Amino acid sequence: MSAVDTSHAATRRDARPERRFVVGDSLAIVWRNLLNIRRNPELLVFATVQPVIFVVMFRYVFGGAIQGSLPAGQTYIDYLMPGVFVQTIVFGSLTTGVGLAEDLNKGLIDRFRSLPMARSAVLVGRTGADLVRNFFVVVLMCVVGFIVGWTINTDAARFVAAFLIILAFAYSMSWAFAIVGLSVRDAETAQAVSFPFLALLVFASSAFVPVATMPSWLQGWAKNQPVSVVINAVRYLTIGSGPGLSASSVPKAIAWIVGIVAVCAPIAVARYRKAT
Amino acid sequence: MVSETVTPGEPAIVADGLVKCFGDVEAVRGVSFEVPEGRVLGLLGPNGAGKTTVVRMLTTLARPDRGTARVLGLDVVAQPQRVRNIIGLAGQYAAIDENLTGRENLRLVGKLSHLAPRDIGARADVLLERFALADAANRVARTYSGGMRRRLDLAAALVHEPPVLFLDEPTTGLDPQGRNELWHVIEDLVDGGTTVLLTTQYLEEADTLADNIVVIDHGSVIAEGSAADLKARLGATTIEIGFRDDTAATTAAGLLASIGGVDRDGKLLHLSVPGDDGAGSMLQTVRALDDARLEPASLVLREPTLDDVFLSLTGHAAADGDGNGDGDGTAKPRRSRRQRSGGRAR
Repeated sequence: MSAVDTSHAATRRDARPERRFVVGDSLAIVWRNLLNIRRNPELLVFATVQPVIFVVMFRYVFGGAIQGSLPAGQTYIDYLMPGVFVQTIVFGSLTTGVGLAEDLNKGLIDRFRSLPMARSAVLVGRTGADLVRNFFVVVLMCVVGFIVGWTINTDAARFVAAFLIILAFAYSMSWAFAIVGLSVRDAETAQAVSFPFLALLVFASSAFVPVATMPSWLQGWAKNQPVSVVINAVRYLTIGSGPGLSASSVPKAIAWIVGIVAVCAPIAVARYRKAT
Repeated sequence: MVSETVTPGEPAIVADGLVKCFGDVEAVRGVSFEVPEGRVLGLLGPNGAGKTTVVRMLTTLARPDRGTARVLGLDVVAQPQRVRNIIGLAGQYAAIDENLTGRENLRLVGKLSHLAPRDIGARADVLLERFALADAANRVARTYSGGMRRRLDLAAALVHEPPVLFLDEPTTGLDPQGRNELWHVIEDLVDGGTTVLLTTQYLEEADTLADNIVVIDHGSVIAEGSAADLKARLGATTIEIGFRDDTAATTAAGLLASIGGVDRDGKLLHLSVPGDDGAGSMLQTVRALDDARLEPASLVLREPTLDDVFLSLTGHAAADGDGNGDGDGTAKPRRSRRQRSGGRAR
């Protein structure tokens, strides 16, 4: 028994010094991942062109058809933009998982784990770099949105709050998909495994069409799942109060975001420690 | 970077009864060995023998289910972070970021090893120069050849000047020239006092580089010793004598039976002689043949190779070992998958 106790004490003593490296090591990984985005044209296209296409396509292709089912007084572009934001960042968070799966597959995670670096840094750095990427993606989408007629009906403070909620939700989704990336062997599998979750989150939501148009058995999920709650909060903050929009969606969205990070981050770090 | 003091007399690497299971499969079944400071141990075995799993346990990447291991006196389970300070690992895959340049890769590892920021650039330059990568230093690693990637990978393992180096099949997949280059680099490191544990499935590689060889198969150590020891103990030295006609071969077979065991194959005789005195036996053979006025068409002294050793130990040749399953048998599918996926999948 005493042998076990000493070894545990040694593990604790041994683990302590690494904490002071968390920030520095994470920044080094952020730097590395941002360089990767810059050097990989495909990633850049995925991060920028696709969201723009989504905004324009939904605005002009589907806008007319869906306008009819919206509450009176709301324009589809104002209804749509929060949905497209959240859809884009949720799909984008897949790259967190795909990137980790690729690092794992190429042996890079083994290299990192053999270095005396902070255990959480690879994940903090990866999700941090994805947060930076998302910042630019959301800014770009805002600009494109404004060009095609998106308007903020509230005020600057609430617009900033909406922006921050989108980014925070993106961050929480990165942690969720990090678990997937660390649980599979390669990038293709990470994508294949993630897609059902993505579809369930993004399409069975209020992103593109009002939940009221869905069958009743689906509405319970579609109303309360995190993507819908976050979208509703962003709509409330950009459209203002109106039918189907309420202030309570904001604290609910924050609760979802905090909850997802609180659950997923420790699981992801534990998976990283054991990853092979 | 970090100086660790070893108890005098304590070997640099100690593995003591290491066991690792994956599900029901015991990939490593009680492996023990020691590597003295400044020496090279070759861990030799076919695919799936458990070599990689042993290295993963020694480098803190996998936790042993039973047994202990120490590197420079530090326990790999109890003090993993301190162990990571003093080891370098170059794995089966060149673990480099393909979208970073050679220099950026080394800088990244330097930062993550917590070198002083002002030293990182200089250290990267030294390594790039030493591994003949200086000209390619500012190119992204995606454009590197296989040999260059392996050299960069090894350079990355050396950024923090670790006194103990683990090389998991460092030359797998390299062409003979790349292999030779890497061997020279490893020899230089050892001359500089680095302790090296090297896994390989190439007998020639273990023979060239290792002071001591541990042969493992199916997760267990099946032989241990220097290359010369193993050859002397397990391999046979043979003299092969070819004759132009059967009569001469028959006469010679009778004559040579006093020197060693004769195995006749038509006009060719295989004479098994003691491994420690091949040259003496050769001389005896020549004299005996000359006295009887028998003129051989060919006369060859064949020293035992590690291939012979491996064959006599395991009943199968090293190269066609069963790669399916136990332990690090995952190596192959993972590598092929990576090749298939090529670039970044979308």
